[in-house]
Amino acid sequence: MSNNKTKASGSFLDKMNNLTDTNLLLTITIVIFFLMYIGAMIFQGGGFLKPQQFFNLLNTNAALIVLACGLSLVMITGGIDISVGGVTALVSMCCAVYLDNMGGNVFVSVLVALAIGLAFGAFQGFLVAYLDIQPFIVTLAGMFFARGMTTIVNTKPFNVANEAFVALKNARVIIPGMGSVNRKGDYIDAYVEIGVIVAILVVIVMFCLLRWTKLGRSFYAVGGNRQSALMLGINVKRTRFLSHLICGLLAGIGGYVYFLHVGSGSPSHAMGAEMDAIASSIIGGTMLTGGVGNIAGTLLGVLSLGTILQIVSAAGLGEAWWVGITRAAMLCLFLIVQSVVMARKKK
Amino acid sequence: MQKKEVKKTDENILTRMVRNQMFIPLLALAALALFNLIAGPEFFAITLGTNSAGNPVLSGYPITILDSGSELAILAIGMTLVTAASGGQDISVGAAVAIAGSVLLRMLCGGNSRPEELAMPIIVAFLISCIVAMLFGAFNGVLVAYFKIQPMIATLILYTAGRSIAAWINNNELPVITDPGLSYFGGFIPGVPIPTPFFIAVICVVAIFLVLKFTNLGLYTQAVGINENSSKLNGLNPQLIKIISFVILGLCVAVVGLIKVSRIQTINYSVIAKDIEMDAILAVALGGNALSGGKFNMAASIFGAYVIQFLTQTLYRFKVSADALPAYKAVVVIVLVVISAPTVKEWFGKMSRKFKVKEVA
Amino acid sequence: MKDNIVLQMKNIHKSFPGVRALQGVDFTLRKGEVHALMGENGAGKSTLIKVLTGVYSKDEGDILLDGHEGPVAIHSPQDAQKVGISTVYQEITLCPNLSVAENMFIGRTSGMGQNWKKMNSDTEKILKSLDIPASATQQLETCSLAVQQMIAIARAVDMDCKVLILDEPTSSLDEQEVEKLFKLMRDLRSRGVGIVFVTHFLDQVYEICDRITVMRDGQLVGEFEIKDLPRVKLVSKMLGKELDDMSDIKGEQKTYERKAGEVPVLEAENRVSDAGIKPFNFHIDKGEVNGFTGLLGSGRSECVRAIFGADRVTGGTIKMNGKPVKINKALDAMKNGIAYLPEDRKGDGIVGDLSVRENIILAQQVLRGFFKPFSKAKQYEIADEYIKLLSIKTASADTPIKSLSGGNQQKVILARWLFTHPEYLILDEPTRGIDVGTKVDIQKLVLKLASEGMSVTFISSELDEMLRTCSRLVVMRDRKVVGELSGDDLNQSKVMSTIAGGDK
Repeated sequence: MSNNKTKASGSFLDKMNNLTDTNLLLTITIVIFFLMYIGAMIFQGGGFLKPQQFFNLLNTNAALIVLACGLSLVMITGGIDISVGGVTALVSMCCAVYLDNMGGNVFVSVLVALAIGLAFGAFQGFLVAYLDIQPFIVTLAGMFFARGMTTIVNTKPFNVANEAFVALKNARVIIPGMGSVNRKGDYIDAYVEIGVIVAILVVIVMFCLLRWTKLGRSFYAVGGNRQSALMLGINVKRTRFLSHLICGLLAGIGGYVYFLHVGSGSPSHAMGAEMDAIASSIIGGTMLTGGVGNIAGTLLGVLSLGTILQIVSAAGLGEAWWVGITRAAMLCLFLIVQSVVMARKKK
Repeated sequence: MQKKEVKKTDENILTRMVRNQMFIPLLALAALALFNLIAGPEFFAITLGTNSAGNPVLSGYPITILDSGSELAILAIGMTLVTAASGGQDISVGAAVAIAGSVLLRMLCGGNSRPEELAMPIIVAFLISCIVAMLFGAFNGVLVAYFKIQPMIATLILYTAGRSIAAWINNNELPVITDPGLSYFGGFIPGVPIPTPFFIAVICVVAIFLVLKFTNLGLYTQAVGINENSSKLNGLNPQLIKIISFVILGLCVAVVGLIKVSRIQTINYSVIAKDIEMDAILAVALGGNALSGGKFNMAASIFGAYVIQFLTQTLYRFKVSADALPAYKAVVVIVLVVISAPTVKEWFGKMSRKFKVKEVA
Repeated sequence: MKDNIVLQMKNIHKSFPGVRALQGVDFTLRKGEVHALMGENGAGKSTLIKVLTGVYSKDEGDILLDGHEGPVAIHSPQDAQKVGISTVYQEITLCPNLSVAENMFIGRTSGMGQNWKKMNSDTEKILKSLDIPASATQQLETCSLAVQQMIAIARAVDMDCKVLILDEPTSSLDEQEVEKLFKLMRDLRSRGVGIVFVTHFLDQVYEICDRITVMRDGQLVGEFEIKDLPRVKLVSKMLGKELDDMSDIKGEQKTYERKAGEVPVLEAENRVSDAGIKPFNFHIDKGEVNGFTGLLGSGRSECVRAIFGADRVTGGTIKMNGKPVKINKALDAMKNGIAYLPEDRKGDGIVGDLSVRENIILAQQVLRGFFKPFSKAKQYEIADEYIKLLSIKTASADTPIKSLSGGNQQKVILARWLFTHPEYLILDEPTRGIDVGTKVDIQKLVLKLASEGMSVTFISSELDEMLRTCSRLVVMRDRKVVGELSGDDLNQSKVMSTIAGGDK
């Protein structure tokens, strides 16, 4: 019997070995996320049993999902971008100033956000891809530049009062059939914010880009082995440039989604968001060394991180530091797991 | 011997000067000094006054540069070694300073946030904070050396968690130390008008130069940073040497933690040593050291640290707010990395050759 | 161009700083032939191929292709692919993280979208037709090296190439896999593809090739029909000695005889490392100079690396002067008085940015320990001593080693190891890529050291050198020891025939 068992587990291991790296790490992520969420439902009950809890997870993390998609893309291509948090803050501040102090309209403010993101992406991408400078140093400078610029644009945090914008911010998309009954017995509809719709669209577009286009596959090729990719006839420089450009664009979009969620501009907005985005990508199975990753995993990574933080605060560890420590511990854990899993697989 | 002398003078004095690693920081210093001189020489004024405790103190921009630049110089020592050995930078130093400072306060207070008396001698508390900081350094080092994670990603972990850990160590309380003994480290020793951090920096600098002279630290870290394979075949243990460089940086962090805490006698977890990692990396780069590792020049890094502080003070002078500083420094970083990028150097080489050919023609 | 010629390279020149890698090389490839490109390391084969595939730009010369008017310009691997030149390199140049099918098609089809279904079914077809045991959806990394190599070839073949370059494709394949590859090559040959085949395995050359072009020191030695060039003659051409004037120079070295009661300085038994060599036995006596010989890739370097502990040692024992010692890493070996000058001077030897002085003292400094650095004055004294002793040409002891010429770099590394005063010195290709004068210096030095009682193992691609210095040669082929020659057997023809193996 025991013999049989080892045999079965052997074939299971074989199957695991046959999985592509991307699918292997994705599988780990899916399992972890569901275990965690179900665990939270069982042990903490309450809010976790209501669908709205899940939708709130989306509402609060919509911006992060967009940022993490961009991060996954650069990481798959073998790079890194830590400027996204700073860009988010800069986008919020610029849009806030434009909408309130300059009386701009909402549509143009979206363009402002996209332009800022694209500018960062293009400049950083140029330095990384064509001048061959370490992406970390370039985007570290980008992060500090964005943060500094944010305070130069406006020092004080303030809420946006522009009517059209506030209407957009408060718009709710009702999810039919998922509502719940509150203590008074009233039925409350489940909802998501506009930002969530944007985030879902971004996830779908990015997923399709990476899965079903030649460009998407060349990101993987370049991340897997730059030299080989070159030999296989891929324009490596352009591919790396595009990865940063798209990541910058997504930082712009993510920045606007964030802005839409908080409705204010502040130099301290999105502090450490780059770190959350990187952590989510890594938890979602994107390899730091490049070439491996999946947008679906990234989405789950964001939700896993969000859930963990909810659990931590629901468990009474409300102090701010637990959030930071949990985050870092998750990142550390997954980095080491990746390093070990991949080292063992190589053997 | 004779021959060598002749050969040396053969070389153009100008090219030799330009090649010297001190050239860039010196040039930057000269440019900044000139700029400030034109904008108004009162920048360089130093006045002797007395502080609230009635001790004679020197004040003025140059003194502030010496004072704050010293913290940076101490960090630059460790950052130079880490850069040389691992080819990457530690971005968690600011967060680690918060941890070291928090440990120091916790030890001094012994749980009571407004202690009448210190719970232990400052030196003991400092040693404990050193050990903690070095352990965190070793943690970074292990991730880099054994798990082969890029240094900046590995240290990103502590970068995020550091300030939270610092808050957690003191239960998020802000202990205040009233004992004047602590204030000496970041302020002035009674009767001495020069800020103490400068002396601490001098001690650290002397210490590192003694270490570099009487041990093989310099040779080993450079060898590992330049050619890991070759170092291994020469009997070195590259992993161990990388970890050691991170541990030394941990020690530097603890010293800076002491100075920072001493300055305000308390701690602000989210503000203490904020963005200092950027300045430390800048100091190394400005000192002409390759951020990709290998050969280093410690003196140039330390000098670079003071030049960076000079830049900071210059920006302050023109009413740039502390929060906006990073934007300006980011520009400096980009300029530095772009001009030192191999592709750009190659391009410059080509252009100058073309230029010369044209001249001849 | 004549009808049956598909590719012609004329008078190709290529220089790198300090090296003239190709000096007026001609190369002609006909339709439907397998053409071996042979030569020892540094002969210029890979440079020639890289010029052809656009990795390097040539300084001079023309490349003519069937179907193109006048010389074609090839500036990148993509250009080469476009004109029908496909290359399969020794190191797999595929992306390990992608699926087999993607590796087959990425970078060479037009359009934006990725049609997985079509790609996978096309791939399955190709895999099946070429009998490659892999599935289209499998991740490349999970295939064996051999299969990966075949997939690379399948990709090249499917691109409808006229010229297929195989740069040492068989070094990681076993016999059956090689057989499959040959079947594939014959098939392509019959379809009229011209195949350039670079290999170090002589058996394979004689099994599959129609013609051989031999290169040496960046120059063309000649193009031969396979039937006109028997094995021994081929080896002699590659090594640069005409058979006719093989007067069998007997070396200047004395035949070594062990004194009674003496034990070997070093004795290795069943030593093996993870670098892919078969376990081997080896011994060396005091004051003896011996050598490992064999063609490139025969495992001669891996053997000495296994002795020194440079690769991960997986088995076997080592005795020094009769006592068993544990040598698992370089430091162990150094402590036991072994020194190793590595084959790859740039990658494993020099510490480029450090000065000549620091490079000289490095190994001894590590042996002395962390807390006992030599004083600056002492360092200069040592450096000057060795610079003089080995007549190293350097501006000063403080010059970075990377700015020295190859020969002088090598002397610095030699100085580094001599300064550790080793009992046993291993020199792996100490004379590669350096000028004749320095070569002679190094040979003389080796003999002098041996006469002073040092044991030396000397590895070189140049047989002359080995014969002049060594009193015993361990011959290797295909990663195992196949013979040991000493005394009267130490002559060119005997060594060559042992290296070549077979009956011819």
